[in-house]
Amino acid sequence: MAYDKFKILNSSAVPLNIDNVDTDQIIPARFLKATERIGFGDNLFRDWRYNSDDSKVESFPLNNNIFKGKILVAGKNFGCGSSREHAVWAIYDYGFRAVVSSFFADIFKNNCLNIGVLPIQVSDSFLEEIFLEIERDSKNTFEINLENQEFKIKSSNKKEKFDISAYKKSNMSNGFDDIDYLINKKDKISAFSNKTRY
Amino acid sequence: MGKTLFDKVWDSHVIEKIDDGPDILFIDKHFIHEVTSPVAFVGLKNRNLKVMYPERTFATADHNTPTTNQHLPIKDRLSAMQVKTLEKNCNEHGIDFWGLGHKKNGIVHVIGPENGITQPGLTIVCGDSHTSTHGAFGAIAFGIGTSEVEMVLACQTIMQQKPMKMRINVNGELNPNVTPKDVAIYIISKLSSSGATGYFVEYAGSVFENMSMEGRMTVCNLSIEMGARGGMIAPDEKTLEYIKGREYAPKKNEWNKAIKYWSTLKTDEDGIFDKEYNFNGEEIEPMITYGTNPGMAIPISKSIPKAKKSESKSSYQKALDYMEFNEGDKMIGKKIDYVFLGSCTNGRIEDFRTFASLIKGRKKSNSVNAWLVPGSHKVLKSIRDEGILDILTQSGFKLREPGCSACLAMNDDKIPKGKYAVSTTNRNFEGRQGPGARTLLASPLVAAATAITGQITDPRDII
Repeated sequence: MAYDKFKILNSSAVPLNIDNVDTDQIIPARFLKATERIGFGDNLFRDWRYNSDDSKVESFPLNNNIFKGKILVAGKNFGCGSSREHAVWAIYDYGFRAVVSSFFADIFKNNCLNIGVLPIQVSDSFLEEIFLEIERDSKNTFEINLENQEFKIKSSNKKEKFDISAYKKSNMSNGFDDIDYLINKKDKISAFSNKTRY
Repeated sequence: MGKTLFDKVWDSHVIEKIDDGPDILFIDKHFIHEVTSPVAFVGLKNRNLKVMYPERTFATADHNTPTTNQHLPIKDRLSAMQVKTLEKNCNEHGIDFWGLGHKKNGIVHVIGPENGITQPGLTIVCGDSHTSTHGAFGAIAFGIGTSEVEMVLACQTIMQQKPMKMRINVNGELNPNVTPKDVAIYIISKLSSSGATGYFVEYAGSVFENMSMEGRMTVCNLSIEMGARGGMIAPDEKTLEYIKGREYAPKKNEWNKAIKYWSTLKTDEDGIFDKEYNFNGEEIEPMITYGTNPGMAIPISKSIPKAKKSESKSSYQKALDYMEFNEGDKMIGKKIDYVFLGSCTNGRIEDFRTFASLIKGRKKSNSVNAWLVPGSHKVLKSIRDEGILDILTQSGFKLREPGCSACLAMNDDKIPKGKYAVSTTNRNFEGRQGPGARTLLASPLVAAATAITGQITDPRDII
């Protein structure tokens, strides 16, 4: 599915300083019942964001008006657990375009790259600095430059490079996905499918 | 240079390597279910594409289905809609659909092996992280997202970078009443819930060689719980014996060719791993989790430890607060409200045999609600045929119908808020088994012992 091209993003960030956030927290299974990709953002972090009577948990960062922006900053091992892409759909639908952490679970990271949410892995110490920066003033902004693979804390001008393959970078900056690439390879695939291994 | 089992299977499926990018990997078998496939079919429609090889995809309804009265229409409107959508998509694209009531219906990772679809040397994917289960046969099997489900439907390939390789050796002999589930949880507790992220694991050593195929499935199933993409075990005589004669297994001449090829599927002596761990099987005890990820686990006889230095203190405390446990608490004797036997981790016939062996001649505690959910209709049939149902009934247990059920609590099988459940499933995340539910992961034997006493019980104390 086509998504917005990602070039440079300037934004403040929303902090979620918890380790091992699993995809059941990002979107609980009972909200996976849709047959189309619509409205998942409403249930992003549902059980941390709302009490069981549907009232807001005021202390949760997404409910705190001082935190805004298109960047979600989270503790290490973000997105572990279930392969549900709905977790990334919820993050995207809520309005985030990048997730920053010091460590991501594999399937989650792939899912992000496949739908146009940029996963940015930074060092533990840099992640700590980002959290401190948001704590100092939640209006402080960050710059993500995909071409240079750089995440910048704007007030201090401190930067850190992040990894992304040349292939995925090109996809993200052009809004392409893997099927756009694979569809031109069908002859090669069908030739391969006839190959027997025994 | 020598190759590992993983290298051999992966490399033989690479159609193209992209410079500074992923490999294009051919996928042999693809399983789909009602929850993670509908949006993939919407994608196909939007691109005006057909399924490239419908005969390589198999569909079941399991995640979001009721486990009672499956002969009646599904009451939950959204669940009914998902199952109906799957059926419609399968009909439209010529995919085999094993819906509710079908004799081959069941949990996706139970029905693949039991019908002989899962075989050594294959690449197998499904929009479900526990696809790693199929690695027990020496296949490369892993969970994918819905965008990748669409890729497989459209092009029978996915694009992924080759992961790093890890070998986990467990040698020695297991003590009595220590099950494959305990071995897996033990390993996860040593490596942590992210200790194998970025790796594909091969399990080796005498403990796995001596383990049944179903036990191996339980171990490979849980690979994802330490972050691994998947886990695999080299095929051997047990693997062949399990597969032979099953519906989708190779037959006659094809079988002979297949077993010749399968015998090459093992790590060469000089195969190289990026990381290797060694454990001693004799040191493993029945295990139980106390926190909110599967790495937070201890031997059942032990007390809850203090936070490790590597752990964030607040995250650790958050987990204990959720469970209403304290550092230093003993696990034995804690009151339990629910016991759940089932899931792709422990919903096979051997799990029911194990559970029944302990409860036989005993009575279920009145304070415990027990949900027993077979992994498939074939498992259910064996439970009946082998007389296990009679043992369960005499002990005061009831059997439900097959499905994922309370493992992820998408259907009505939800553990109520604040209640404690000893569960043979795979995840003890906050709210996993229902909003506010508290899950303790353990083996079918610990689940059985706990169901009898109403409190966390070491099976070794009552056998």
